[in-house]
Amino acid sequence: MSTQNDDEKEDTSGRPTKAVVGSHRDEEEVFGKAYDPRIISRIWSFVKPYQGRIFISVTAVLVFTLTQLAIPLVIRYAIDHGMAAGRPDRSVMNWAIGAFALIILINYAASYVQESVVGKVAENVLSDLRRAMFSHLQRVSLSFMDKTEVGRLMSRLQGDVNSMQEFLETSVMSVGDIVLLFGIVTVLLWLDFRLGLLTLSTMPALFIVRLFWLPRAKVAFMAAHETNSIANGALAEGIHGVRTVQSLERQHVNFDLYDEKVLANLKTHLTSAKYAQVMVPIVDTLTGIAMATVIVVGGSMVLSHSLDIGVMVAFLFYIQRFFDPIRSLTMQYSVMQRAMASGQRISEVLDVPVDVSDRRGAVKLTRDMDGSVEFRNVTFGYRQNQPVLKNVSFRVNPSETVALVGPTGSGKSSCMALVHRFYDVWSGEVRVGGHDVRDVTQDSLGDQVAMVLQEPFLFSGTVLENIRYHKTGATREEVMRAAQAVGAHDFIEHLPDGYDTELEQRGGNLSLGQRQLISFARALVADAKILVLDEATASIDSYTEMLIQKALVTLLEGRTGLVIAHRLATIRGADRIIVLQNGEIVESGNHEQLMAAKGLYARLYNMNYASFDDMSEEDTGAPAGKAT
Amino acid sequence: MSGSGWIFSLNTDATSGAAKRGKSFAHVAEASWGKGLSTLLRIVRMTLRHPWQVAITIVSTFVAATLQLFIPRLLGHAIDQAQGVMTAGGGAAAEQALWTTALTLLVVSILRGLFTMAQNYYGEAVGHRTGYELRLAFYEKIQRLSFSFHDRVHTGDLITLGLLDLDGVRMFFSTGILRVVLLGVLIGVGSYLLISTDIELGLLSLSFVPFVAWRSSVTQLRLRSTWLTLQERLSVLSRVMDENLGGIRVVRAFAAQQHELEKFDRAKLSALELADQRVDIRVSNTSAMNFSFLAAMGLVLWFGGQKVIAGEISVGTLAQFLTFMTILQMPVRQLGLMVNSFARASTCGTRLFELLDAELDIEDAPGAKDLVVSEGVLRFDNVGFRYAGAGGRPALLGISFEARSGETVGVVGPPGSGKSTIAHLIPRFYDVTSGAITIDGQDIRAVTLQSLRKAVGVVQQDAFLFTTSIENNIAYGNPWARETRIGQAAEYAQLHNYIIGLPAGYTTVVGERGASLSGGQRQRLTIARTLMLRPSVLVFDDSTAAVDAGTEQRIRTAMKRFAKDRVTLIISHRLSSLMHADQILFIENGRIAERGTHQELLALGGRYRALYDLQLRPEDDLPVAVGAA
Repeated sequence: MSTQNDDEKEDTSGRPTKAVVGSHRDEEEVFGKAYDPRIISRIWSFVKPYQGRIFISVTAVLVFTLTQLAIPLVIRYAIDHGMAAGRPDRSVMNWAIGAFALIILINYAASYVQESVVGKVAENVLSDLRRAMFSHLQRVSLSFMDKTEVGRLMSRLQGDVNSMQEFLETSVMSVGDIVLLFGIVTVLLWLDFRLGLLTLSTMPALFIVRLFWLPRAKVAFMAAHETNSIANGALAEGIHGVRTVQSLERQHVNFDLYDEKVLANLKTHLTSAKYAQVMVPIVDTLTGIAMATVIVVGGSMVLSHSLDIGVMVAFLFYIQRFFDPIRSLTMQYSVMQRAMASGQRISEVLDVPVDVSDRRGAVKLTRDMDGSVEFRNVTFGYRQNQPVLKNVSFRVNPSETVALVGPTGSGKSSCMALVHRFYDVWSGEVRVGGHDVRDVTQDSLGDQVAMVLQEPFLFSGTVLENIRYHKTGATREEVMRAAQAVGAHDFIEHLPDGYDTELEQRGGNLSLGQRQLISFARALVADAKILVLDEATASIDSYTEMLIQKALVTLLEGRTGLVIAHRLATIRGADRIIVLQNGEIVESGNHEQLMAAKGLYARLYNMNYASFDDMSEEDTGAPAGKAT
Repeated sequence: MSGSGWIFSLNTDATSGAAKRGKSFAHVAEASWGKGLSTLLRIVRMTLRHPWQVAITIVSTFVAATLQLFIPRLLGHAIDQAQGVMTAGGGAAAEQALWTTALTLLVVSILRGLFTMAQNYYGEAVGHRTGYELRLAFYEKIQRLSFSFHDRVHTGDLITLGLLDLDGVRMFFSTGILRVVLLGVLIGVGSYLLISTDIELGLLSLSFVPFVAWRSSVTQLRLRSTWLTLQERLSVLSRVMDENLGGIRVVRAFAAQQHELEKFDRAKLSALELADQRVDIRVSNTSAMNFSFLAAMGLVLWFGGQKVIAGEISVGTLAQFLTFMTILQMPVRQLGLMVNSFARASTCGTRLFELLDAELDIEDAPGAKDLVVSEGVLRFDNVGFRYAGAGGRPALLGISFEARSGETVGVVGPPGSGKSTIAHLIPRFYDVTSGAITIDGQDIRAVTLQSLRKAVGVVQQDAFLFTTSIENNIAYGNPWARETRIGQAAEYAQLHNYIIGLPAGYTTVVGERGASLSGGQRQRLTIARTLMLRPSVLVFDDSTAAVDAGTEQRIRTAMKRFAKDRVTLIISHRLSSLMHADQILFIENGRIAERGTHQELLALGGRYRALYDLQLRPEDDLPVAVGAA
């Protein structure tokens, strides 16, 4: 391979074949079945606590709708009996106005009750639903969390929950729409059967038009929605990756690609606007036909004195409200389909089994336990028939530090997870302080076993809040002492607001080394008897590294330590080294013993790496495994 | 610890970034009136770029509104005709008149429908077209604004700007301007018609208008301000959830589920309270508006009835007033939305235009020529640099060095010493504040950015991977590249074997939502991506930190073959990465403290020597060992 022969000019005039912007998207079903009893009953279980209020609001909707139906009737009554030409009756007028006033007062109260109750119930149900999902996610097995992207879960917790809210609100309104529709039909037929029938004959026409229109319009609306999120995705990518884009001079290519997406979005929006607007003249035409019918037929009847003029006026009033319920009811169908699809996804989350939970009669692990950790013939894996740890046994004595060493995929991280009972073993047992971890409560286990993860995760909030995470009772002095002990105090004091500096998302305003030190301080404040630690793999500059090494000594003082070690300095300092390969212990002993044994450890050590991480397969002689 | 007295400055680049961000992009809370007005005028000018569509929309709105005002008249006539009031000629003539009215009404309805359709469709079309132009302008600007802008402005804010604020501007035409026309015609012409027909009854019918208009505007403005607060509270809630799920291992490790649920409940409650409050604001308003309208209707019925009895007006006229009111009702209630649209467009627009008008601090000088690389000599001539707003402390001072094709320069120093800044200056991510950088004698500020950045490849520390295939990621800077070149770049970066081991090979999707790569693999992918540019100056900005030493050695060997055609600059805190360099610069506090070859620097016995001792012979020098206590 020489540099010259690939130097032929590439044709850069055409469309770049290997260029995309933000086009990789996860597809999710937007519409489900319109009705799915399982999901309805699931939703109902969240609505049930509010059934009293739902009942009130449905009643209010009914009252509201009835008052709306009554108003044209009062006008009709006033016209025909109060102001009839030749024989006006002022007392009837007074009665009519009195009735009118009463009706609008009821209407006022009902509309207030209905909307405010429904609105608040929907907000509450949404909130409950979200909390149920969130608190369930706190207990589901970590293997589910490992498999599932945070983004996907967040879209369940937000988008899907929101579309349930829409469903709840419109469902109650739909009750009103149905009543209004049937109410108008009944009143019209009651006022004058023949004229009513004639006028109502335009209604099926709208139904039929909507039936043809809806599926097509839905496709157009979906396309607009889809292209919109594609364009937004491309924009977000452009913003997040702007530094890379500039350093690789991709602006021009990206601009053209983005233009394509935005243009596609423009086109689909125009199409969907056409679909939405084409209904307007149709509804207006049908309304016009209905009114013309009333004028010609009703008018002739009035002329021949077979119909009261007030009835004709009432007809004209009803016709103006005629098509509204049909319009919203056909829309409700799509809302239901969307809600079912969202409900399905919400149920999926709520149905994720909880694998690890406190056994009945689990005891509290107390501080006076001895602090030993023991693996007895532990076999464990994430996928059936693919054990990651095979019959592993070892013991870490109180106050001893043991380093776990081995290539990627050897099972080190799994050991660490098992001590904390993130997962349950397939066979054998993990004992902490002499108790099987399955016999103690998870909370008390968490109190006694502190964990420092490889990628130090910090929460937003101040430095202080992060160090006393969960131990909110810790005083400022305790926090500062811990920070001093791990050597984090100096840099914290140099931050703009010292301990009260707000951290950006995931501690973005700190370097990796600094985040690591804060996570050490956090573990120190937790003050557990056992410390499980996964050293950071990414290399940290030598200066911070020294601080970290010092901090480790402080942290491990008087504690039992199980350290997944990547750095030679850490490894050599341990009381004992356990070398894992392919889920089995291949060697164990201290540095000198292992060097003398001339096994895997000696081989790795002699390669003179500063770290045992990211080693290629040929170095370890092990087949590439899945990261654990 | 060895002799030299370093200051353990932990003030890394990352923290100084925080200080820089302190002076954040000014999110103008509410635009001042003058500014808001000029923003609105600018939006109007933008929409006028589609003069025909704007004209069609406005004419359609006029016509549709006017036609709509005819409907109550026609209905009133029909009612009078049905009573035989208006026709003298008896039954047949009356029926004839009814037919005429009915047909006119039908035609008016159809026409109104068609013109409303045109009004809505073109109104939306103008908005979407304006939105399209704004989106492109926004994207282009974002892509061109310099690193210092992006350091200062939060990505989240930019996304909000590009989505929500842009929408606020886009919708202004249909929800703001058109509503003004519609309401103007309906209320203006409508009032004239009503009042000219019967002044008392006319005023009575309009009595609900001022109240509803005022209520609806006040409510919408209140809802808007609470909406903004609600969004903030909801974002706190979603941050709690997002961090919890992202850091679920930490949560479990500390058995902190209860603590997290409490955090969640606090955030949830504060959002819920406000949401409920908003329901109250909204509902008390709609029911009050509804009531005032119905009350006015009752009054019209009462007084109108008296007038009918007194023979002053006909039943048809009364019905005409009542239907007029129902027609006016909706648009008047929507007046609040119109006011809201004005408020929204003026604040969103002010923010958006501020960005679109932002000056590009790094762009081509007038008459800039393409960079021509002949000898390939990179020269720093007394370069100084300070970050904007970093309190006057210079990040670099008096940096001078020279390197030619085939040479390698190593840059090392404590964190925060300014070594990464050197990498950012060569491709003009930032401009030097004093001195000059030249390539073959051409000042980099005098050549086109495009030619400069094609010639200078920087492998960045925290590289962003795009959510697309590995292949597309490697070819990111040269999307026309042949597959053989992509494979070759991956081979140089020691990634090829790993990639072909994947089930989907080079088409495996990586990035945020793709398969996860280890830190070392990501860095190697970034190296391959930069190699695709065939740069004349290749800079590694601490970009092999996560790659193990053995692999790094192999990468170096692979690249040696064509290193003769370029200047290589290696910035690292790991000495093994750069001790082979022809020239090593030790940077401290922004200045070159020591320079020379590895051997020379070791012999010098200064800071470099001390770092060497610390890193490569830890067994002798490490002051403490774990567990030794």
